[in-house]
Amino acid sequence: MSTTTYAWLVLAFPLAGAIVNGFGYKRLGRGPAGWIATGAIGAAFLSALGALVQLQDRDEHHRQLVSSLWDYAVTGSVDAKLSILVDPLSVYMMLVVTGVSTLIHLYSVSYMKSDRGNARYFAYLNFFVFSMLVLVLAGNFLLLIVGWAFVGAASYLLISFWYRRGTATQAGIKAFVINVVGDVGLVLGTFFILRYSGTLDFLGTFDAVERGAFDAHEGALVAGCLLLLVGAFAKSAQIPFHTWLPDAMEGPTPVSSLIHAATMVTAGVYLIARMYPLFEAAPAAADTAAVVGCVTLLIAGTIAIAQTDIKRVIAYSTMSQIGYMIMAVGAGGYVAGLFHLMTHAFFKALLFMAAGSLIGAMAGAQSLDRMSGFRKSMPFTFGCFVVGGLALSGVPPFSGFFSKDEILAFVGNRGGWFLVLFVVGYVGAFLTAVYTWRMIFRAFWGAPCAEARELEHGHLAHADVPTNPATGEEEDTEVGFPGPEHTIAERSLPMKVAMGLLAVGATVMGVLQIPEVSHVITNFLEPTFEGSRYLHEEAGTDMVVFGMALGTVLALAGIAVAYRVWVQRPGTSAAWRERLAPAYTLFVNKWWFDEAIELLVVRPFAAAGNFSRRTFERVVIDGTLVGGTTSIVRAGSSAVRAIQTGFLRYYAALLLLGGAAVVLYFLIAAS
Amino acid sequence: MGVAWYLIVSALIFCIGAGGILVRRNPLVILLCLELMLNAANLALIAFSRMHGNMDGQVFALIVMVVAACEVTVGLGLIVAIFRRNLPIDVDELRELQG
Repeated sequence: MSTTTYAWLVLAFPLAGAIVNGFGYKRLGRGPAGWIATGAIGAAFLSALGALVQLQDRDEHHRQLVSSLWDYAVTGSVDAKLSILVDPLSVYMMLVVTGVSTLIHLYSVSYMKSDRGNARYFAYLNFFVFSMLVLVLAGNFLLLIVGWAFVGAASYLLISFWYRRGTATQAGIKAFVINVVGDVGLVLGTFFILRYSGTLDFLGTFDAVERGAFDAHEGALVAGCLLLLVGAFAKSAQIPFHTWLPDAMEGPTPVSSLIHAATMVTAGVYLIARMYPLFEAAPAAADTAAVVGCVTLLIAGTIAIAQTDIKRVIAYSTMSQIGYMIMAVGAGGYVAGLFHLMTHAFFKALLFMAAGSLIGAMAGAQSLDRMSGFRKSMPFTFGCFVVGGLALSGVPPFSGFFSKDEILAFVGNRGGWFLVLFVVGYVGAFLTAVYTWRMIFRAFWGAPCAEARELEHGHLAHADVPTNPATGEEEDTEVGFPGPEHTIAERSLPMKVAMGLLAVGATVMGVLQIPEVSHVITNFLEPTFEGSRYLHEEAGTDMVVFGMALGTVLALAGIAVAYRVWVQRPGTSAAWRERLAPAYTLFVNKWWFDEAIELLVVRPFAAAGNFSRRTFERVVIDGTLVGGTTSIVRAGSSAVRAIQTGFLRYYAALLLLGGAAVVLYFLIAAS
Repeated sequence: MGVAWYLIVSALIFCIGAGGILVRRNPLVILLCLELMLNAANLALIAFSRMHGNMDGQVFALIVMVVAACEVTVGLGLIVAIFRRNLPIDVDELRELQG
C-alpha cells in the first residue's frame, strides 16, 4: 500500500468507530463499545506507523505527497478538493495523536465503565480523534477549516458530556463559542490569503508566497496571518481566548486528557508550524505569536499556583506549556515546538490520568484542600504523578527537560528582544516546578485524609450521595451524570497499562533530540521545513550548556521551594497569602479575565443584540420587510379574488369570448 | 351542394348550443347544449372528411362521440349527486367556489 492509502486509513478507522458506536449504542451497551473504540484508534495508529515506514522509504526531497479523493468545486479562482497532504509534519502529528489517543481510549474503557452513557462517550471520543486527524492531514484550507470546526463541535459534545450538570453544559457552550470566534478568524484569514495566492492548496499557497504573490500586498499577508493566529489562539487557549480551557475541566477526566495532550489545544501549534512560509514572510504576525505565547506561559503559571482544583492546576499548566510551544513556533523554532508538543502529550496525558485515578479514590472530589497523604495507599498513581511532575518541571533526564530547554535555547539564540522571552521562559519554568510539586505534595504528602486511610484498609471511598465537585449540588447516577462506580489505577489493568506506557514515554522520549547527541526529530521533520530560514539556526554549545544548567537548577529550586512551603512548614503558604494579598487575589481570580471579557465583549454584544431586537427587528424586519411583503400579497390576491364569482355561466361566457377572440385573431392574421 | 352549407348548419347548431349554455340555468339542459356543440363540431369534421376524401375526420368524430359519452356520464352522475343532497338544481345557486 502506498503512503497516502495508509493516511486515508488513519482517517477511516476512527470514523468507522464513531459510526459503529454512534448508531449501535443501544445494542452495544456498556461492554464492547470501549474496546471497539480503542481498537479503531489502535488500528489508526498502526496505519500511521505504516505511513511512516512508507514515507521514510522515499527520497528526502519527495516526501510531500498530496492525495485527492474528489473535487468539490474547481473554478478559476477556487480549487476546493477533498485532499490530504502527507509529509513528515502530518505523519508526526498523526503518530502523536493516534498513539496517545489509543492509550487514553484504553484508560477510558475502565474509567468510564459504570457510566450510563458509555457507548455515546466512545462515539464522541472517536469522533474527536477523527476531527483532529482531519485537521492535521488536511491538504488545503477548506479541509483544515472543516477539521477545525469538527474539533470544536466534538469538544462541545465531550465537555458537556454529563449534560444534566448545569456547570458542564455551560462550560461546553463557552468552549464552543470561543472556538467559533477562532473559526471565524481562520476563515477570514483564509480569504485574505486566497485573495492573492489564488489557491486553497497548502503547497500551492507556499509556492505563491515564494514566487512573490504577496510582495505588493504585504498588508494582506500580515492581516491574514494575524487572523489565522486568532484561530490558533482560540483553539490553543492562548490569552485572551483561554478562558474556556479551565472550564473544560467539567468534562470526564480522560476527555481533559485527550483535549490537553493529543487533540485540540495542539492544533494552534500545528497550524503555525504548517503555515511557516506565510509566517516567515510576515514576521510581524510571527512575533505576535511569540509574544502572546510568552505572556500566556507566565500568566497561566501564576494562576496555577493559586488554584485548588487539581484538574484546573493541570489545565493551567497545559496553557502554560502550550504557551512555550506557541512561543517556539512563533520565534521560528518549529522543531523545538513540535518536540515539546510530543513530550508534553506524554506527560500531560499521564498527569491527567493519574489525577483521574486520584479523583476516583476521592469518590469524585477534585479539591486539593481535601486530599492529602495518598502516597502509601496509591503507590502506582503516586509514581506516575512523580514521573509526570518531573517531566513537566523539566528535571533531567526526563523528556520535558530536553524539549523545554531546546525551545528556550532557540529563543535565546534569536537574540535582541527575544532575550526578554528567554528570561520569562525561565521564570515560567520555575513557576511550573513550584505549582506542579505544590499539587503533588498537597495530594500525596502529609497525614492521610479519610479517603486515603480507608484505601489503606483496602476499601475504595464511596460517596453516599454523588455531588457536583464544583458546586456541591446533589446528583444521581443515571445517564447525564457520572456513573456510580469510581475506578483507580491500582485496581484496573487497562488504566495501569495506559499510564505505565505513558510514564515510560514521558521518561525516555527526550533521547530523541539531545543537543549535540541526537537529532532524530530534526532529521525527520527536515523535508517539511527545508525552506525555513531558521532550520539550521542552532544555539551554540555554551548557550545550550548554560540553558540546561539553568533549567535544571530552576526546576530543582522550584521543587525545593514547594517542598519547604507545603511539606516542611505547612503554615508558610497561608502566611505568604496574607503578605502578598493583592497578588494572591489577582492569581486566584485568574487575573479577572472572565470578568474583563464579560464586561468588554459579552455585555456590549448582549446590549447591542437586545437593542436591535427591540428596535431594528420590530420596525425593519417585522414591520417593513415581513409586514410589507404580506400586505402586498394580500392586496394583490384580493384584487384577483374579485374575478372568481362562482357563476358557472360567467366562466362559460369568458371561455367563449376568449375562444372567439383567438379565432378572430387568426382570421384577421390569415387574411 | 358545396361544403359551405354543411358548415353553416354546423355553425348554427354550435351557436344554439353556446347560447343555451349561457342562458339556461338547469345543469341538465346545459349538458344537452354541450352535446349540441360537440355534434356541431362532428358535423363540420365529417363534412371536411367527405370533401377531402380522407377518413381521418370520421375517426375524429367517433373519438369525439366517445369523449362526449364519458362526459355525459360524469355530468349526469354529478347531477344525481346534487339531487340526492337536496341541493338546488340550478348552476347560479351552486357557487361555493366563489373567491
